[in-house]
Order: sequence, then C-alpha cells, then structure tokens
Amino acid sequence: MKEKLKQIKEEALKQIREAGAPDALNDVRVNILGKKGALTALLKGMKDIAPEDRPKVGQLVNETRQEIETVLDGARKKMEQIIREEKMKEEIIDVTLPAKKNSVGHRHPITIALEEVERIFIGMGYEVVEGPEVETDYYNFEALNIPADHPARDEQDTFYVSGDILLRTQTSPVQARVMEKGKLPIRMIAPGRVFRSDEVDATHSPSFHQIEGLVVDKNITFADLKGTLAEFAKELFGEDTKVKFRPHHFPFTEPSAEVDVSCFKCKGAGCRFCKGSGWIEILGCGMVHPHVFEMCGIDPEEYTGFAFGIGLERISLLKYEIDDMRLLYENDIRFLKQF
Amino acid sequence: MNTALSWVKAYVPELSCTDQEYCDAMTLSGTKVEGFERADKNLERIVIGQILNIEKHPDADKLIVCQVDIGGKTIQIVTGAPNVREGDKVPVVLDGGRVAGSAHSDGPLPEDGIVIKAGKLRGVPSNGMMCSIEELGSNREMYPEAPENGIYIFPEDAQVGADAVEALGLRDTVFEYEITSNRVDCYSVLGIAREAAATFGKRFVPPVTEIKEETGNVEDYVSVEVQDPDLCSRYCGRVCTDIKIAPSPKWMQRRLAASGIRPINNLVDITNYVMEEYGQPMHAYDLDQVAGHKIIVRRAKDGDVFQTLDGQIRKLDSEVLMICDAEKEIGIAGIMGGENSKITDDVKTVLFEAATFHGPNIRKSAKRIGLRTDASGIFEKGLDPRNAEAAINRACQLIEELGCGRVIGGMADACVSVPPLREIPFDPARVNKLLGTDVPAQEMLRIFEKLEIEYRKDKNVLVIPSFRQDLVGFADIAEEVARFYGYDKIPTTLPSGEATTGKLPFKLRVEQKARDIAQYCGFSQGMSYSFESPKVFDKLLLPADSELRRTVKIANPLGEDFSVMRTTSLNGILTSLATNYNRRNKDVRLYELGNIYLPRQIPVTELPDERMQFTLGMYGEGDFYVMKGVVEEFFTSVGMTGHIQYDPKAGRPFLHPGRQALIRYENTEVGFLGELHPQVADHYEIGTKVYIAVLDMPEIVKFATFERKYTGIAKYPAVTRDISMVVPREILVGQIEAMIEQRGGRLLESYRLFDIYEGTQIKAGFKSVAYSITFRAKDRTLEEGDVSAAMKKILNGLEGMGIALRK
Repeated sequence: MKEKLKQIKEEALKQIREAGAPDALNDVRVNILGKKGALTALLKGMKDIAPEDRPKVGQLVNETRQEIETVLDGARKKMEQIIREEKMKEEIIDVTLPAKKNSVGHRHPITIALEEVERIFIGMGYEVVEGPEVETDYYNFEALNIPADHPARDEQDTFYVSGDILLRTQTSPVQARVMEKGKLPIRMIAPGRVFRSDEVDATHSPSFHQIEGLVVDKNITFADLKGTLAEFAKELFGEDTKVKFRPHHFPFTEPSAEVDVSCFKCKGAGCRFCKGSGWIEILGCGMVHPHVFEMCGIDPEEYTGFAFGIGLERISLLKYEIDDMRLLYENDIRFLKQF
Repeated sequence: MNTALSWVKAYVPELSCTDQEYCDAMTLSGTKVEGFERADKNLERIVIGQILNIEKHPDADKLIVCQVDIGGKTIQIVTGAPNVREGDKVPVVLDGGRVAGSAHSDGPLPEDGIVIKAGKLRGVPSNGMMCSIEELGSNREMYPEAPENGIYIFPEDAQVGADAVEALGLRDTVFEYEITSNRVDCYSVLGIAREAAATFGKRFVPPVTEIKEETGNVEDYVSVEVQDPDLCSRYCGRVCTDIKIAPSPKWMQRRLAASGIRPINNLVDITNYVMEEYGQPMHAYDLDQVAGHKIIVRRAKDGDVFQTLDGQIRKLDSEVLMICDAEKEIGIAGIMGGENSKITDDVKTVLFEAATFHGPNIRKSAKRIGLRTDASGIFEKGLDPRNAEAAINRACQLIEELGCGRVIGGMADACVSVPPLREIPFDPARVNKLLGTDVPAQEMLRIFEKLEIEYRKDKNVLVIPSFRQDLVGFADIAEEVARFYGYDKIPTTLPSGEATTGKLPFKLRVEQKARDIAQYCGFSQGMSYSFESPKVFDKLLLPADSELRRTVKIANPLGEDFSVMRTTSLNGILTSLATNYNRRNKDVRLYELGNIYLPRQIPVTELPDERMQFTLGMYGEGDFYVMKGVVEEFFTSVGMTGHIQYDPKAGRPFLHPGRQALIRYENTEVGFLGELHPQVADHYEIGTKVYIAVLDMPEIVKFATFERKYTGIAKYPAVTRDISMVVPREILVGQIEAMIEQRGGRLLESYRLFDIYEGTQIKAGFKSVAYSITFRAKDRTLEEGDVSAAMKKILNGLEGMGIALRK
C-alpha cells in the first residue's frame, strides 16, 4: 500500500514537473486527485484492508493527497506569475506620449499676489475690508490730511467725476472709513483698484492695485510697524529677506518710511532687478498722523497706530519678472497660462 | 535735484566720506539719494599740455604734428584738429589713458570710455591725444568757452603738467536727490548741506553774505507796493547799478553745470546760482525799463493777455498774480517774466526780486495758464519769507564779489507778514512711546541742536527755525528724533494688546469660490479697465434709451477710450477674447471679477452703485450648455442648491435672440447667459461663436451659504420609470421638468433627461423627449402602487400640456 502511494506521488510530481501550461496542471489534478484519479482509486481499495489498519492507511492517503495538492498549488501560482509577467511585457506603453490633462484655468498674477498678501495678514489677525472705487474728495484727500491746496494732490494725478466725486487714487480712504466707525482696536487690510491719470506704457497704467494696512490700538509703536512689515516680507519673499526702513514723507503718516527689501533675485548682491543696489523698494508706511485720528474722531493722545500701502503690480512684476505692465490687461491666454 | 558734492562740501568743510558712504547715510537720514555719478568717470591720465611746435604731416593734408610739453617732458602728438596754435594749453591724454566719449558721436557715452594708446597716424608716431570737451564727457552747453569741433583750450594761466580733469572742475561727484514735498528747504544746496552736517555730525558753515561797500539808498531807485497781500506775503527788492555783463567765473559755471543749468552770463548765473543755493527763485529786471521805477504786485484782470519772455501770449484771469510797473504788467508772479522787461546785455541798473508768493495760488495759476516753470515748481511748495531776504542779500553780495556792479544800500521790503517762530512742547516720554524706543532726552536735544531747533528750558518748548515749515506738531518732532537716532536702530517688535481674528468677509469668500470654480472649469482670469469708451454701447447694439448708457463720466479722462465708467462688464471680456482670437489662440476661456458702476442719478451727485460682476466668456470648444454647466457648478459650490430657472426671454440685444437666457434663482434675477449676437461678434472681429455668462454678485451673495447639512444616505431601494413623450416643439424641457416636480410628490427623488430628438420619425412641429424618473422612500421599500400613483399624476399633468406618451 505504502509502495503504491509512493508510486502515485512520484508519478504526480513527475507530471507536475512536466506540465507546461495551467491546463496541463489541471489534467494532473484530474488524473491523480479527480473522481477517477489514481489516488481516489486507491481509496476505493480500502475495503480490502483490515479494519484496524484502515485509519492509519486513510491518514497516509490523506497526507499524500495534501502533499500533491501543495505542490500543485505552488506550481500553479508560479506558472500564473510567469504568464502574468509575459502578459505585462506585452503591455509596455510609451510613457513619453503626451499627458491627457484636464484643462484647468489660471489665476491672474495680480490675484495670486493679492491672495498671498491676504493670507499672510489674515494669519496675523487682520480683517480684510473693502471700500468704494469711486470715492469722495473727503475720504481720498481731506480726511487723510491732504487739504484742498496740498501739493500732494498734484503728485497723484486724479480722475475727477464731478464736484467732490473722484476715482480713488489710493486705497488709503478705506482707513478713514474704518476709523470713523470707531470700533477699536483695528487690524485691517484693504485691497483694491486705484486710478491715476498716467498714460499707458510699459511701466504705467491708469488703473492698478494697492493693499492698505492699518493697525490702531493703545501703545502701537513704530517698532511694531517695523516688526510687522519685517515679518510680512519674510513670509512673502523668504525667511532670509532683510528689510530696510528709510525716512520718507506721506501726508497721512508721521513719522513715515519707505521700505526696501533685500533683492529676492540676487539676495542683495546686486542685479538688474535691483539696479545693482541689492535693495528693492516695495512699500510706504508710517505712524498714523494725529490729524487723521482727530478727523476720524479718535483721540491721538490715547491711541496710536500704523498704516502701510503696498503696490500689488510692483510685487507681481518683480516676482514674475514681467517686463511690460500692459501684459496684465491684455489677457492673452499664453500669458495667463504661465501663472 | 542734482548737485555737485563739492558745492555741499563748501558749507560742510569737514565732511569727509566716500561717495557711497555719503549716499547711504543721507538716504537713511531722509535725504534720499537717487543716484550719483562721478564727473571724472573714465577720465584717466589726462594732463595740461602746452603746444610748443606745429608742423604739417608729411603724408596727410588734414593732419598736423605737434610737439607738446606735458610738464618737464615733450611728446609728439598727431591731430586733425583745426583750432590749435603754438602756445595753446590743452588737455592731453597720455598713452594708456582713458577718455569718456568720442568727438564724432552724439550717442550716449560708452560705459567703459575709450582707451588711448600710442600709435602711428599715417606713419608718424603719436604718443597721446589732445581732447575736445565732448571727449571729456561734457559739452559746449556746460563749457561755453569750448570751441565747436575742436580741442579745448585752457586759459593762459593754466599750469602745464597739472591734472587737466581737476582744472576743468571735474574731480567731483554729482548727486541726484529725491526731495519729498514737505521739505521745501531741501530744494537747495544749503538745505542739503544742513542735512549733511547733521547726518555726519559736522559743522554747517553757511556763506557769508555781507556786502563790503553799499552806496546810496534803494528808496531813491524803486518803490514796491503789494496790493494783494493774500497772494504775496513778502516782496524784497534790491538794486545794483553799473552792471557789467560778462561771463561768470569758472567755479560758478561748473557748479551750475553740475546742477544741469547752462551758464549764460554773470547776472543770469547769479540769479540761478542763488536759486540753487537758497531754493529761492529770483528775478532780475532792467530798472530803466520799469515805468515810474515802481513795482506793484496785484491780480490780473479777467481776459488780460500777456507776452511772457519765451515770446508766448498767455491768457490771464483775476486769480493770476502779476508784477506790474507804474504803467503795465511786466511779469507773471512766480511763474515767468515778461517779454517787455526782458534783460539785455545793455542793462545798466538791475532790480532784483525775491518774493514769497502763495503756493497754492501759483500752483493753480501755472496749471490754468499751462506754464509750469522751475520757479513756479518751487513757489508752489510755499516758501519761507525769511529766506527771501537772505537770498537777495546773497545775490547782491555775489554782484560785488564778481565785480558785476555796485550794490545800492537798503532793501525795498514789502514785508506783509513774517510769522513768529513756531513752538512745539518737548515731550521725550511721548516720543519714545510712539517710536518704541528708549532714547534719552539728552540725546534728543543733541539731535535738535544739529537741526538748529532751539530748546527753551523755561517753557520746555522747541523753537522751530523758519525754514522748517514742515515741523508743526508732536509727530513731526518724533520723526526728527527717529531720523537721526536711526530708523535702523529702532527695535522690531510685534503689536501687543488685544488679539484680533483675521477674516475674509463673506462677499470675498464667495468671490474666491467663483475664482476656484471658473479655474476648475478651464477659465483663466483676465482683468480689464474700469473705464471705457461710450462707443462700446453701439458695439453691443444697446438701444439709444438703454439704462446702461447712463454712465459715470470722467471729467478729465485720458481720452475718449477711457472716458466713462463701465456699466456692463462685457466689453472687457469681449475685447480680451478678440485679442486672443486675433492672435490665433485656440479654445480660449476667460473670466473676470470686476465692478460695474451704475449711477444713482444723472448728473452724479453721490457715489454710484458698484456691483461686482462675475463674467465668463469663451470660444472654441464648448457650447451654451457647457457655459450653463459652469454657472450651475458655481451655484452648487456656494450652496445655491435651490430652484434655478432659465427664461429664454432675456431681452439682451448683444446676445443671439434664440440663444439667451435670464438666470433666476428662487425667482430673483441673478444673471444671464447666451451666445454672442453674430453682429456683435463681427464688431469685435471674432469669427466664431462666443458664449457669455454674467452673474451679478451682490444678488448671488444674498443667496450663497457655506453651511452644509448632512442628509442620510438612502437605505431603501429606488424605483425608476422611463417615459418617452411626443412634445410640441415650442414646449421647453424646463416646463416639462417643472411639471414633474410639481406633480411628483414627496416620493420623487430625481429625474434625468436621457434623449431628445427631432426628425423623420416624429411628425412636424413635435419632438421626442425621454426622461428617467426615480422615486424613493426614506423609511421603506416602495410598492408598485406608490410609483404608479405618482406616475399617473405626472402623466396627467403632462397630457394637460399637450404632451402624449410615445407608444
């Protein structure tokens, strides 16, 4: 009996070894383990064995069966893997063929800069506020310490509508509008479109964008202004950005400053973007002028504050190396797609 | 403002620093240096040589061979210059030296100059080059004594072998300053010198203007009367006699030239020199031409005309201030003198004028007359009346020093008002509190001393010098401390105090979502101007009585193309699409988020209604329904999941009459979409179909919400029924859907159009429409009866519309 089992097993292993395809393996299974298979036939002869030996023989048969099945399974898996690999060899594609893209659109470079600046200041606890683009003389000039005869009115070539209505020349009027509401403290930025009668050319546009910032509270200092804008510059242009404050003059702030950042193209070494100086002027700022506070009904003895104004076009043009401002309003898709 | 550093150093004699150090320090203390250029840039190895001997070149008619003494050594130079004679002293570039420019080129100077090397000209050795003023980087405007097309000749007393560049006054650096409008005192060499002295902690030594010999009394020569003191707060006049017109000395010419002012003669140069030095515009009259030897300062009369000394006839009005003599007008105050009192070389007696005019009046007059001069540009900033006196005395002192004439004693001074010096309380603690610093009071006082701000201990006030008209209050004092303490030394801190929450207002969040959705749908963001031409309305086929033609007009536009504030956002997007079409860009999708400006009344007396418009436009791939899909994606993204209605009677003349729809949300009009009218497309020269959608954001914002609520995912199975109908052609699917919704009951879950067909199998005037309608209950599995009851209601309703089930 044992001999027979051994014979069957060896025969089965031989057949498995010789099997060239999964079908052949299946044949082995049928031939050996199937209803009419050799092993099954052997089992059928159990009746000729003494009853006391039957459990032992039965166990032997089952062991052999399992051994054969294990080998069969192993062989099948191996074969399938070979076949799969063969198949995959047939499925090689040219990965350098063009991509199938969803045609997603693009934001305007000015918007990208705007959203970036908004993100930074919102993170610092500033609220975004809007004001009208067609403004009154009062908010655009008067309330900002620029009375009717002030020479600064000539510096900002203003478009007038009628009487005391004009197109705002700066986003600063939003400062006055927010302050006169009297809700203190204030931390706000006001982005938006502004207008000046400059003829269109590569570096001028009669319409452009600014972001105004304003902080009013007790104990706000010039040092706070420096710290805030240094933080902003690092966020916008990179951690290693240095900031330089230079005295300047704006009618609605005193002391006032212009702010340069170390050139983010050459890191201060001097290049064509910074005209060799290593510094790029990016914004104007200062401490809110006491007159402005008074006009908005805030006591300058009790409150102090700072304000700043950033030109968005300047930042986008520099950051993206755009050499002609007219591109911003032409909306050629080949331009917009680059952002 | 451009000024030679040597001029500033004349009044800050101890100043010693490199050009770059000067530039940086001045900029950091508030006198911004825009740039600087060395006057001797690219001028190397150039000495004064004397021509000892001239011989003809053996092989060239136009060349000569010179033996030139360059100080203890004689070299041979060949030149083609026609103007040199034996004995002339000339600038000589030695072998290996460098000049700034070429005598033969009018173009910009070469960046690195031109190197001169010894060589041969037509076989004769030449060991250097004699230079023209152009080769030295300058021109005859600045060096009027230089000959045209020839070598520069030094005066006879020039020292042979000495540095020619030095002798020409070119060992200097010209600085260009950007002066802020509040610092009118710094539009002068003295103002800058005062700042430089304070910046570097050196002594400021202003010029001495004492006149050694005065004769007579000005009252015997001229009288001055100011009739309109509101426009002239001071008028100073002084007289000089025995005037001898001649060139001014070289040092004065060089300083003026460096400032960009062409030297003319001693008298003109003195007025220009004093203007630069004191920032006080001056005028000189030929006193013999001044009728009655009387000056009257008064307003012109409306309709007067006057010929200015540039020969132009100017129209005047009663707000223009005039300088007049006893008979006639002789100058427009602060702007330009008259042709009738123009000074000539025959002048014998001069009347100098230094006045203080009302700045805003000069500014407005100059604007109205259309004549802005250097003088008016200074006057309009508002001058210090005390400076007028100092300046006129300086001019007279220079007349004497230059031997230009004799100075008459006294000054005709119509001194209407010289205000007292301003006093500002000194509060060092408040200054430190504003700056966030700890500057000791003593240090602040040291800063004020440098700035000539006097501290009066008895009153604890700072007395502001009259030239600092910008110092008015506490904050101005704080800035002076900050400037000279150093902006860079002020610490950097972050605001303390109550924390605030950063936020983007709801309106802007909705706009951000609009940008996101447009972008996902393949639209790129464009931007266009807020103002446009009124011709746009014709291009858009708007009828003459259209509301949109009522605009906010700009009174002083850049031109008609920018003259009205837009009342529709279409022109911007169509112009951009046209640009792309013209440039053969394929499949272009653009959007814009920008305001339109609707006047509340005409004429405009209050601020217009600014309405943000979300405008989408596209051509190429896609159609009406693609655009409609973008609109609905956007609605869903801002939580507008309610009832959207499309009304084909949109009445937009710029859209295809059969392909346009008004968009209503919950029965409110929120926008429109459609295909561009082919005629409008023609107007914009777009040769293909264009689809447009415009959403009125103020209405959208009212409905938008970012709140979301989860509704349970269905547990019980749905039942779907398909119906196919024959529908009269004029019935819109929207009407069918409205009926399905109305009759479907609460079990109706959704419906979907899956086929629409018109053609041979359907009789004329009808179309075949097929819907798949789905029912579901939340709490149970539906039974056949539920569904057929609901379907029956729907079908009855549809039958009532003349719709039959397709058999």
